[in-house]
Amino acid sequence: MDIRIQLSMCFHLDKCIGCHTCSVSCKNVWTTRQGAEYMWWNNVETKPGAGYPLTWEDQQRYMGGWEVTATGALRLKLLKGPGKLRTLANIFFQPNLPTIDDYYEPFTFDYDNLFNAPLGDDQPVARPKSLITGEFMDKVALGPNWDDDFGGSPLYAANDPNLKGLSESQKQMLTHFHRLFYFYFPRICNHCLNPACVASCPSGAIYKRGEDGIVLIDQDTCRAWRFCVSACPYKKPYYNWNTGKSEKCIFCYPRLEVGEVNACAHACTGRIRFVGVLFYDADKIEDVAKQPDDRVVEAMREIVLDPEDPKVVEAATKSGVEENWIWAAQNSPAYKLFKKWRIALPHHPEFRTVPMNFYLPPLSPILHQAKGDEGGTYDPESMEFFNDVELMRIPVKYLANLLSAGNEELVMESLKKQMAVRMYIRQLRVGDVGDAKVKSALDEVGLTAEDAWEIYKLVSIATFTERFVIPKTHREIKTTIDPRTMYEKRGSVGFGRKRKELVAREW
Amino acid sequence: MATSWIQDIVNPVKRGWEEFYRNRWQYDKTVRSTHGNNCTGGCSWWVYVKDGLVTWELQATDYPLLDESIPPYEPRGCQRGISSSWYVYSPVRVKYPYIRSTLLEYWREARKKYSDPVQAWASIVEDPEKSKKVKWSRGKGGFRRHIWDEVCEIIAAAQIYTIKNYGPDRNISFSPIPAMSQVSYAAGARYHQLIGGVSMSFYDYYTDLPPSSPEIWGEQTDVAESADWYNAGYVVVLGATPNRTRTADCHFMSELRYGGAKVVVMSPDYAEVTKYADLWLPVKTGSDGAFWMSVIHVILKEFYVDRQVPYFVQYVKNYTDMPHLVKLQKGEDGWEMGRYLRACDLADYQDDDNPEWKFAMWDTRSQRPRIVYGGIGYRYPQKKENEGKWNTLMKDGKTGEDIDPALSLLDMKDDVLELNTYELDTGEVYKRQVPVKYVETVTEGRVAVTTVFDLHMAQFGVARDGLSGDYATGYDDDKGFTPAWQEKYTGIGRDTVIQVAREFASNAEVTRGRSMVIVGASINHWYHADLIYRAFTDALMLCGCVGRNGGGMNHYVGQERLAPFDAWGQVAFALDWARPPRQQNTPSYWYIYTEQWKYDSAITDYHKVPDPEKLDYKHTADYNVRAVRMGHLPWYPQFNQNSIALAEEAQKNGAKTDAEIIDYVVKKLKDGSLRFSVEDPDAPENWPRVWMIWRGNALGSSARGQEFFFKFLLGTHHNVGAEEAAKPYVEEITYRESPIGKLDLLVSIEMRMNTTPVYCDIVLPAAHWYEKEDINTTDLHSYILPMGAAVPPNWEAKSDWDAYKFLAKKFSEIAKNHFSGPVKDVLAAPLQHDTPAEITQPALDGIKDWKRGECDPIPGITMPNMVVAQRDYPNIYNRYISLGPLMKSKYGFHGIMTDGGPVYEEYMNKEHTNVLEWGGQKYISLKEAKEVANVILFFSSLTNGEVNYKQWKIEEHHTGLYGDNYREAKKAVKAIYGDEVKEYEEYNGVADEVGLPTREVRMTYDDIAAQPRRWLTSPMWSGDTRSGRAYTGFTLQIDYRLPWRTLTGRQHFYLDHPTFLEFGEGVVTHKYKLDPRKMNEIEKSDKTDAIVCNYITPHGKWQIHSTHYDNLRMLTLSRGGNTIWLNDRDAESVGIKDNDWVEAYNDNGIFVCRAIVSARIPQGVAFAYHSMERTINIPKSEQRNKIRGGFHNSLTRQRLKPTLMCGGYGQFSYGFNSWGPIPIIRDTTILVRKMRNQEVKW
Repeated sequence: MDIRIQLSMCFHLDKCIGCHTCSVSCKNVWTTRQGAEYMWWNNVETKPGAGYPLTWEDQQRYMGGWEVTATGALRLKLLKGPGKLRTLANIFFQPNLPTIDDYYEPFTFDYDNLFNAPLGDDQPVARPKSLITGEFMDKVALGPNWDDDFGGSPLYAANDPNLKGLSESQKQMLTHFHRLFYFYFPRICNHCLNPACVASCPSGAIYKRGEDGIVLIDQDTCRAWRFCVSACPYKKPYYNWNTGKSEKCIFCYPRLEVGEVNACAHACTGRIRFVGVLFYDADKIEDVAKQPDDRVVEAMREIVLDPEDPKVVEAATKSGVEENWIWAAQNSPAYKLFKKWRIALPHHPEFRTVPMNFYLPPLSPILHQAKGDEGGTYDPESMEFFNDVELMRIPVKYLANLLSAGNEELVMESLKKQMAVRMYIRQLRVGDVGDAKVKSALDEVGLTAEDAWEIYKLVSIATFTERFVIPKTHREIKTTIDPRTMYEKRGSVGFGRKRKELVAREW
Repeated sequence: MATSWIQDIVNPVKRGWEEFYRNRWQYDKTVRSTHGNNCTGGCSWWVYVKDGLVTWELQATDYPLLDESIPPYEPRGCQRGISSSWYVYSPVRVKYPYIRSTLLEYWREARKKYSDPVQAWASIVEDPEKSKKVKWSRGKGGFRRHIWDEVCEIIAAAQIYTIKNYGPDRNISFSPIPAMSQVSYAAGARYHQLIGGVSMSFYDYYTDLPPSSPEIWGEQTDVAESADWYNAGYVVVLGATPNRTRTADCHFMSELRYGGAKVVVMSPDYAEVTKYADLWLPVKTGSDGAFWMSVIHVILKEFYVDRQVPYFVQYVKNYTDMPHLVKLQKGEDGWEMGRYLRACDLADYQDDDNPEWKFAMWDTRSQRPRIVYGGIGYRYPQKKENEGKWNTLMKDGKTGEDIDPALSLLDMKDDVLELNTYELDTGEVYKRQVPVKYVETVTEGRVAVTTVFDLHMAQFGVARDGLSGDYATGYDDDKGFTPAWQEKYTGIGRDTVIQVAREFASNAEVTRGRSMVIVGASINHWYHADLIYRAFTDALMLCGCVGRNGGGMNHYVGQERLAPFDAWGQVAFALDWARPPRQQNTPSYWYIYTEQWKYDSAITDYHKVPDPEKLDYKHTADYNVRAVRMGHLPWYPQFNQNSIALAEEAQKNGAKTDAEIIDYVVKKLKDGSLRFSVEDPDAPENWPRVWMIWRGNALGSSARGQEFFFKFLLGTHHNVGAEEAAKPYVEEITYRESPIGKLDLLVSIEMRMNTTPVYCDIVLPAAHWYEKEDINTTDLHSYILPMGAAVPPNWEAKSDWDAYKFLAKKFSEIAKNHFSGPVKDVLAAPLQHDTPAEITQPALDGIKDWKRGECDPIPGITMPNMVVAQRDYPNIYNRYISLGPLMKSKYGFHGIMTDGGPVYEEYMNKEHTNVLEWGGQKYISLKEAKEVANVILFFSSLTNGEVNYKQWKIEEHHTGLYGDNYREAKKAVKAIYGDEVKEYEEYNGVADEVGLPTREVRMTYDDIAAQPRRWLTSPMWSGDTRSGRAYTGFTLQIDYRLPWRTLTGRQHFYLDHPTFLEFGEGVVTHKYKLDPRKMNEIEKSDKTDAIVCNYITPHGKWQIHSTHYDNLRMLTLSRGGNTIWLNDRDAESVGIKDNDWVEAYNDNGIFVCRAIVSARIPQGVAFAYHSMERTINIPKSEQRNKIRGGFHNSLTRQRLKPTLMCGGYGQFSYGFNSWGPIPIIRDTTILVRKMRNQEVKW
């Protein structure tokens, strides 16, 4: 057992509002700079939809992530070109790299014209202007959230890579009211256990921090090869054209280190996010990454260790994990949601990077009978008070394509548990469901009343400090200077000439 | 392999670079602030300052927790709020004063000639050529950066010129929704009231006011804080998308489902909130009312006839007008619903005071009609013995004996009569028997009466044994108003209606009222919004849900809860110096002054009523004119003569006292030598002249029928293509040719260069929200928050308070040369709700119009109230910065007036209070915004426990809820709600129980800056917030038997005002959306290659109204400029593809934008999210005038509903922002076509 620590974020998709407050908090703090305009370390997508960059989930096109070779080895997909094997020697040509047209051409507006336009014969206007060329744009044609709320559905939702394997009737969600739905999907870097970005970097500029699992691109060492951009199946490293370095979500480590939560999670007004510590066994990473699709989620759950297990605690202590981190792991909402209650799932585990953020699949309204679309009245398919999961609008297959490498059972388990919790709590707070019915609903999904109550507490009424259990980093040891000089450091921290930002930094 | 990239060793050399991101995170300080735009958020934020710059913001997470069983509020704040820091240093920020070159050049020229600025101004506006050029140049660029001193000189000169030449009430001012930045609003309102100017309303104008709320409850709006949603067991959301508009509170929508509730969403599109639905009802646009009418049918049938639910019966008997008796009237073709049976009808009671204003129930004990406590006549007792009866105890008003009222007369009827009920959409008249008792009256002899409940059973066609007629034979009988009937309107199946009705009512039965409706603007913007609202509110009341935590009608449109109104109102409207203020209902104002009324034809062309012949007028504008002269609605300018000159004229003609001046004015009105301005609005002497706008986008997001504003009010370019239609139908208004350009001067104080300042003559730079101090409250939570200054106002910006202070100083300086001292100003104001004037016009034999000789003109009774106010123009500045002497007299709100003397004294003597001295008097200083905030906090019952206790004592006195009455009330409540009612024997009255425990509380600005605080439970509001209880409207009425401020003191199912009866709206009914062919809206427009759509403008996701629309963050996350959403099949039918340039247009105007094509939009409907700006990314149009292609408000034209203009009748009495018509735009039709040339012109 090789115990390591991972900070993990969970997203309750059922709660997501799609408001992008997370995106803006991140942008405000980290990417409002030249060269970073088009970067959204945190973005939110409407599903079904094409995402940002467009159709990023389509690895036939982008060749991100890993695959298991015929000999059973794990290999970056990127290394396999069409028909022939490529190597990193192919360094100056990357056919799978997204272009700015796949992201969007960042723009601003000619606001000055509203102040400075000379007296004329019509109203002045602020026209769009490219932030790359500085030229006027006649039409803004793409943005980081272009297909928001099912906008342009015939073009974008219809090309969602997750539609694979859906029946024609299920695909009517794209055009027919009786099947229509959409929901939101917030994304940050997954801080994977088997990160393709790290593996692909020719400069060795990317590493995973031992103390918390955060994956970082060293801004001193990065040499702009952009292999991380190609290799990451989630397209979360971005190339800064101004500095010539790639950058990505840093899991707000300057905040986490002092016990504050990520800016995106702090700002999440839907209260959908949970952040906590996981312990995992690093010896097993490769093994997990190689599991077949239908096994990969279970394998990921297995690699995460029970922080209450005395053996785990002992091993952790031995490997130098501080007490406050052990406590945090034992109170970790991420652990509970992903492993203990088995209601959170990883995002595209079939990319085999072993991503470390997890998602609770969303519930959805009951389907209507098709007659409404044919000129009849709209009526639901069932008149039950609470909906049968099978009759909900979002096809389980679709969610499984997103969250469990196609394993529908795992999605069903989560949805059914969520419904069982609702019934249990209604019986407590209203009392008109009936004890027997509630018991059978809980039994069916293997939840105890205590579990149901705990799930309810966390997903519904939890406070800030219950949603985010973040141990403070022992900076007196885990610091960037010699720990022995801490006594002096206290008096001198922050002094010194202001460093130039990004360009030609010196140290 | 895998572990090789894990950096276990913390290597200072290798990882030193990590400082790079750590340095970015470091900051200098955080300051608590919030946002002052028209948003209901009321979110507390930490603003981060780094290197002295505002760099970003994150939500504050330290709200005190309510109850532990409810999810916490943190973090409150959305994508727009968190983008606010972008504005501070952005290129759209107004950094300096600006003035258009046309005006500046004339001004400089004039000032060379005239040393007096007022003369200089006269030389410009009196020159038709110059005046026309200034107007035509509006919105066409040509701004010059200028200085505060000189632009304020121009503004003050224009205002003084207007005061002298036309009257002070031609100076108008507009700023919306004060709650979010109360001091900032107060600045301009106070200034304008001091100069005798006009404050324009906003809440009604924004179509935020749900008229059903005053109709049913006598209350502007009173709703639950969002935490209370969590207490619900069943929630129906309609016309609201909390994701978009209540983003900070939306988490409760998802969380309440895990709390066990079921969520039903009614929405024609798959709106974002639908993701939280268990059941989505894709109702067709504008058909929600039909759905709810049939829900009521099912509830009445299954929960009142087939089976009686004791809780429901108790509730409607005790808390609503359901048991009140209504007289049936013999019409030409059968029996019609009539007026309430009143004390004045009954021999036993006719001698009582205010007998027209006390109402009867059928007492089953004594088997006779008896007058019951709570009628509005008891609110204003003239006899000592009638004090303390204004409550909802079931007692005989004369004897105090207990009454047990009959809900229905079915079991004790003398007779059955056939009542006419109407299905107005089809013209169908149903004759349905109702049970009646015959009552001997002193007024009309023997009359047939029935209960409001029995009227409902007839209206909804719910059959009962013993009654025959056109009752529905079952749910499948397609008659008004069954589940089968509604299908043709809603597209929702009857079984679904039945299911929702059953679940809604059953949940309410089990939980004693925890079924909830959450409703938003999309419903309120229909012409017949009040009927739709009444329908679901009736369903809620029938199920005992109103006034219950987790239940009730929760309408969230506009941040209307200005919690400390009692104190704020005094400062804001300068009531500390003169009363009453000049407050104008804006919907009527712009309907008339932008000439939109001329494009409406006869009312009955588009509005279905039982008998069109019976209406008093043919055109809506005529109703408005009558409403003004009868004191139902305000109008400023008041008269076609200067109100100051009028006072002088009266004095010259011998009037010695103020009363004689008023007599003189009344005589002139009577003989017609003086007219109300509204009777001749296009005459130049009646135009508004100077308009100041601050904190608002009056010409952008606010301007319904914007092109009409441009053409007729501003006198600049426009795209109107419609033709006038009103002339044949108007009798009360002098019909003139429409003037082009009424305003002499248009000023905006703004932070960003949006649509309004672009069209203004002068633009002043306003402080950003992070640059000033203010206070903020909302109805979405129960905290009071500060707006704090993180940095000083950047560049040359000023806070609103300082901007108007600066202007006031300039005004005073110039005024010294024009006014030697104080002058008298004749002031007319409408009959106000919550004052004795609300019981002046019972209209028992119809409405009595003095102009038609039907009664005498008596100010304050049959016509507007009149007073003589004193204006002291040279001292405007001194008055502005000083808390005036009237603050030492009675002050308050809602008729609860406390003595301000001791409060003034105590506050002035505090060690840290600044005191000003001028004119030999000492005053509390209002010089600084923070001082104003502290004055508001100290004088309000929400934040000062002593004031609160005093107010409760007064309310206790009004209602008699102390001593035995109090204990009886508690007992009566316990009989319904059992163990929810705690022990009360230790208290002597409601003041003792509610107000006494918090008597020591005082909150200051610094306190709320340290942490948001929950406000106290005050009689100003109706919700109880003690012990962590979530606020919801009317819990105090339920728990203490306090009266509603209505005619009967109870919640109204029935509205018996003659106008409502004429329009067929006594009992709630169904009127479908307006017929597009009758709206004079697509007559002139080219229909080639275009789709015809119902035009829907819901609130958008990337803006709060228009604020943030021009914010680059939001433009980037949306589509970077103006768009319209179309259905995929509709778009395909005319060759429109996603992101194509399209023209949306009708006779009102043109909107050029790009199409977003989506399957989630229903066919035949176009969505343009409110509100965009015409300043961003708009090319030129291809048709009509080929000028820049407008924006979403270019396609609208406002319409008013005449029923909402009643007055002098209980809850149908004027209140600023709380009663009056709302300017409807939802029933709008447009055409959309692809632009022929996709290479657009700029």
